[in-house]
Amino acid sequence: MRGRLRQAAWAVLAILVAVILTQSTWWDTNQTVFAQALVSGLLIGGVYALVAMGLSLVFGVLDIINFAHGALMTIAIYASYLLFDNYGIDPYVSLLITIPLLFVIGVGIQRFAINPVMDAPIHNQLLLTLGIAIVIENLALVLFTGTPRSIELAYARNEFDLGLFTLDFPIKVFGAVVSLPKLIAFMVALLLGGAIYVLIHRTQLGAAIRAAAQEPEGAEMVGIDVRRIYTITFGIGAACVGAAGALVMPFLFVSPTAGATFNIIAFIVVVLGGMGSIPGAVVGGLVIGLTQEMTQIFVPGSSKLLGVFVIFLAVLLFRPQGLFGKVQR
Amino acid sequence: MIRLRKLAQASARDMMVLAVVVAVLALVPFGVSRFTLSVAISALIFALAGIGWNVLSGFAGQFSFGHAAYFGLGAYTVAVTLTRYSISPWLGLILGGLVAAVFGLLTGWISFRFGLKGAYFALATFALAEMLRLTFNNFDFVGAGIGITIPLAGGDDWARIQFEDTPSLQYFVILGLVALSTIAVIAITKSRIGSMMLAVREDEDAASALGINPLRAKLIAIAISGFITALAGGFYTQFLLFIDPDLAFGPFVSVLILLRPIIGGVGTIWGPVLGAGILSVLGEVTRSLVREPPSFLQVIEGVNGLDQVLFGLILIVVIIRAPDGVIGWFHRRRQADTA
Repeated sequence: MRGRLRQAAWAVLAILVAVILTQSTWWDTNQTVFAQALVSGLLIGGVYALVAMGLSLVFGVLDIINFAHGALMTIAIYASYLLFDNYGIDPYVSLLITIPLLFVIGVGIQRFAINPVMDAPIHNQLLLTLGIAIVIENLALVLFTGTPRSIELAYARNEFDLGLFTLDFPIKVFGAVVSLPKLIAFMVALLLGGAIYVLIHRTQLGAAIRAAAQEPEGAEMVGIDVRRIYTITFGIGAACVGAAGALVMPFLFVSPTAGATFNIIAFIVVVLGGMGSIPGAVVGGLVIGLTQEMTQIFVPGSSKLLGVFVIFLAVLLFRPQGLFGKVQR
Repeated sequence: MIRLRKLAQASARDMMVLAVVVAVLALVPFGVSRFTLSVAISALIFALAGIGWNVLSGFAGQFSFGHAAYFGLGAYTVAVTLTRYSISPWLGLILGGLVAAVFGLLTGWISFRFGLKGAYFALATFALAEMLRLTFNNFDFVGAGIGITIPLAGGDDWARIQFEDTPSLQYFVILGLVALSTIAVIAITKSRIGSMMLAVREDEDAASALGINPLRAKLIAIAISGFITALAGGFYTQFLLFIDPDLAFGPFVSVLILLRPIIGGVGTIWGPVLGAGILSVLGEVTRSLVREPPSFLQVIEGVNGLDQVLFGLILIVVIIRAPDGVIGWFHRRRQADTA
C-alpha cells in the first residue's frame, strides 16, 4: 500500500515537472533539442535493449561477465558490411546470415573455451572473455585495418507511400529528425526482443534454460543437460548481437572497436534491468539511451556516458537486483 | 618488539627470496640497450600496480576491475603537484598514494556497506574508474583531454626523479619501490590483519562469526591496495613525462594491472612480479616476431595488431590450462609428482 502511495507521489512529481517544463521559456528555446534527444535516445535505446538481452541471458544463466559480447557484435558488423560491399546484399537481408553465423560462433566459443572454466572464479572467466575480445578485435584490425568505413543506404532518403499516408525520410517529429535506418533498427530490435521473450518464457527450451539458471543441480537431476543448455544460451546471446550488428551497421562507422562501445552500455543496461530479465533489458535499454542523450542537454560539455555511469552506480548501490530482478538469497 | 621479532622469524624465508630476486633484478640494467631498459622499467611499474591490486583482489578476495582509478589518481597527483605547485615527485608519490587510499576508503565504504560483492563489486569499480576518466577529460584544472606534460629537468635530477644521462637510476628507483611494497605485503600476510583478510575472502559469514569485522578488513585492504597502485601510477607519470585521462584511467589500464598477478598467481606474494616478467618477455617476443619475422613467415611482417592476436590467444590458453596462474600450476605439478 505504501509502495503504491510512493509510486503515485513520484508520478505526480513527474507530471508537475513536465507541466513546469512545458510552460517555461526554457522549454520554448530548447524544445527542438529536447525532442531530438528524446527521439535519438529512444531509437538507440532499442538497439541497446537487444544487445543487452543477449548479455543478460549469458549473465543470468551462466553467471559470467562476458566481455567478448561487444567483439562478437563487431564480427556481425563486419559480416554485414562485407556482404553489402562485395555482393550488394541489403543489411536487413544480411540479418538472415549474421544471426545464424553468430549463433554458431557463440556455440563454438562456449563449447571449446568457456565450458572448461565454468567452475573457475569470476576473474578467470572475465579474463577469458577479455582474451577472446582481444583476439577478435585485433584479427579485425589485421584483416581490415583500422580505417573506419561506412555505407550509404540508397533508400534511406526515399519517400514511402503507405497507402493512407506517405513517409518522407528523414521524417521530422516535433522538429526532431528521425532517420530510416535508426527507426528500422529500433523496430526490428524490439520485435526480436519479443521473439526472445517468447522463446524463453513459452517454449520447452526456454523452460530448460530458466531451470538451468535457477537451480543447475536440480535441472541436472530432472534430466536437463546443463552444459548443453549453457552452450545454447551463449549461442542465443551471440545471435542477439548478430542481429544488432547488422542493424546498426548502416548508421555506424565500421571499425574493429565498433562493437566494444556497446559492451559497456549493455552491462549497465543488464544491471539496471535485472540479470536475466528480458523486459528489464528493454526498459533498461530505453532508459540508458534516453539518459545518455539527456546528459548532453542538462550537463553541457560533459561526456554522454557520465550520466549513464551515475545511474549505474546508483542502481548498483540501491537496487543491485535491478528494476525487474528478484531479490537474491 | 616481541611481535616484530616474531614477524621477522615468520617471514625470514620470504625475505630471503626477496633479497635474491632483488639482487638478480638489479643486474638487469647492466649491458642492455636503452630500449630494453625502458621495457624493464614499465614491467616493474605494472608489477608494482599489480602488487597493489593483489592486496585487495588476491588476499582480501574483492575482485577489482577498476584499479586504473588508483593508478590514475597517483599519476595525476604527481603531475598536478609538480606542474602547478612545484612539489617534488617524491612527495607527490606519497600524496598520490594518500589520495588514492582516501578515494578507496570512501568508495569502498559505500560499496561494501551496500553489500556489493563478486561481479557487482567488479562492475562498480569499473564504473568508478570510467567516471574518473570522463570527469578528467572535461576538467580544465588537470589539462582536460590534452593531459599534462612534465617539463624536462635536463640531466640527472634526483629531486625530480628524472635521469636523462643515466636512465638505469630510474630502474633502481622503481625496483626499490617494488621491493618496499613486497616487504609490506609480506608483513601483511604474516600479520593479524592479513589473516583477517584471508578469512573474509574464504567465508565472510564465518569470519564475522569469529568476531572479525569484514568491513574493516576490506577497507584496510582497499586503502593499502590503492596506495601501492597509486605509487605505480605516480612513477608512470615520471617515466612517460606525460599523462592523459586514457593513459591514467582507461579501461585497458585496469586490465594491464590485473593481468600480471592473475598470470603469475592471484593471492600469492610473488605472483605480480612473476606475471610481469612473463608478460613483458612474451610481449617483446611477439612484437619482435611481427617486426622481423623468420623467412618462412615473411607475410606477417609489420602487420598491425598481429602481436595482440597472439597475446590474446596465449591469454586464453593460460586461463584454460593454468587457471590459478603459473605459481598455482607449479604447486599442482609438485603435488602430482609427490603423490
